[in-house]
Amino acid sequence: MHIELTVNGSPREADDVWPGESLLYVLRERLGLPGAKNACEQGECGSCTVYLDGTPVCSCLVAAGQAGGREVTTVEGLADGSGEDRDLDPVQRAFVENGAVQCGFCTPGLIVSTHDLLERNPSPSDPEIREALAGNLCRCTGYEKILDAVCSASGARMDTVRSASGARMGTVRSVDTDRTGATGDLR
Amino acid sequence: MGMTLDAPDFHVPTSWEQALAVKAAHPEAVPVAGGTDLMVEVNFDRRRPPALLDLTRVPELAAVDRVDGRVRLGAGVPYARMITELGSELPGLAMAARTVGSPQIRNRGTAGGNLGSASPAGDCHPPLLAAGAEVELASVRGVRRVPVAEFFTGPKRSVLEPDELIAAVHVAPATGPQQFAKIGPRNAMVIAVTAFALALHPEQRRVGTGIGSAAPTPRRATDAEEFLSGELAAAGLWSSRGPLPESLVTEFGNRVRAAASPIDDVRGSADYRRHVLAVLARRTLTWAWDAHRSTEQRTGRTA
Ligand SMILES: Cc1cc2nc3c(=O)[nH]c(=O)nc-3n(C[C@H](O)[C@H](O)[C@H](O)COP(=O)(O)OP(=O)(O)OC[C@H]3O[C@@H](n4cnc5c(N)ncnc54)[C@H](O)[C@@H]3O)c2cc1C
Repeated sequence: MHIELTVNGSPREADDVWPGESLLYVLRERLGLPGAKNACEQGECGSCTVYLDGTPVCSCLVAAGQAGGREVTTVEGLADGSGEDRDLDPVQRAFVENGAVQCGFCTPGLIVSTHDLLERNPSPSDPEIREALAGNLCRCTGYEKILDAVCSASGARMDTVRSASGARMGTVRSVDTDRTGATGDLR
Repeated sequence: MGMTLDAPDFHVPTSWEQALAVKAAHPEAVPVAGGTDLMVEVNFDRRRPPALLDLTRVPELAAVDRVDGRVRLGAGVPYARMITELGSELPGLAMAARTVGSPQIRNRGTAGGNLGSASPAGDCHPPLLAAGAEVELASVRGVRRVPVAEFFTGPKRSVLEPDELIAAVHVAPATGPQQFAKIGPRNAMVIAVTAFALALHPEQRRVGTGIGSAAPTPRRATDAEEFLSGELAAAGLWSSRGPLPESLVTEFGNRVRAAASPIDDVRGSADYRRHVLAVLARRTLTWAWDAHRSTEQRTGRTA
């Protein structure tokens, strides 16, 4: 099967795609985009999270043919890391600066999920962050640094908005030790 | 951008009519909606469908309409939309949808896929049972509607014929409080150890129930429903909206427990499931009845 789709803004195509093949496989093995990771292959870990037509999905559970003609954005599409200041998205920069990356395997999925959260909700509360990231598992950082990174990315975005508009907006909540209202594995 | 898809083993209908025609011509083609059940099976090589039938480009399946006073929920509507669009009309279903998987799963997974998989643990099933929903099935031969309680025939089995597709579910909008509760080891990403849904239908003086993950199929606790509806009517509680006697709540929980026939499995023992089912039944009844009572406080007693 031949499929055509848009990945990170560019038209791409792949041949000899098997009908049960996942979008994740096509991205990694046929299009040379190893950002989205292949871990659990059952939608539990979120390391393969990409945007499909603007919605975060587990690319391991999307049949490649279902993505035909659609737009996919992977972690590589958020910023290519090649510019002067290594051109990172504020979310990526926050993960680096807060030590939210250890082995790095869960990071691309967490970056995409966080990016989507902040697009929808620029100043999320602690429970909202935990809820939004409930589908992304990390087995080494213990999540604290990840939560710090999300708050700092949210703060950075708010600062940008503030300086752009000259208006004062609310301060960003920092992660505290409140464990109530926690969601899932982040509990 | 051109789409050279529609390969012999990957069908891409773009209308409902086409989808039914493809299913009739290729009954072996396996439908795929969100893929959140099917693709797991394929990834783990537990299933190798000879062909797939992609339902994500059929606009009719993604529609939510109002038909004959009921919500007609297209089989392809994902959980994320049940939460944002149906919270007030179908609160039980929206609550259940909130507990499904994770944001990524709720963005893709559908009611049609939940029914198609027919797992006893599917979270749509208890609220659909409690609300008295009907499943609309269609093929080129015609359309039929099956009460959701008659849809399931065994674990992962249903009345769906090889040439049929699930079109929609028809659910009456809530006229009273509804609740859904589910037991599992964490808040997110949990297949229910046991789940329970309750719907009060004050205008019919009736209570609806749905049990998940505690029998070979999702099922109603019919005896518990009739018992509670009868007792509430006999004591005039529907209109007085008085407090529920403790004994009534306890007996309801016991009768819900008696309706289950659970098994021991990796997620929990049969005994544990029976125990939590009685707890969930009592809890959801208490919550729903409290809501029923406070509705009166807000609107004043008119009847
Ligand atoms: C990580 C993870 C967490 C999950 N958590 C939950 C949970 O908390 N609760 C829960 O209930 N489920 C859960 N699931 C299971 C799954 O998400 C649900 O069952 C979901 O509703 C399936 O919908 P889908 O559209 O993805 O189905 P698909 O995988 O596309 O299809 C499932 C089955 O239904 C058939 N089918 C789909 N649509 C139709 C149709 N219109 N007509 C006929 N047949 C059809 C398919 O052929 C297939 O056999 C989880 C899954 C994953 C991967």
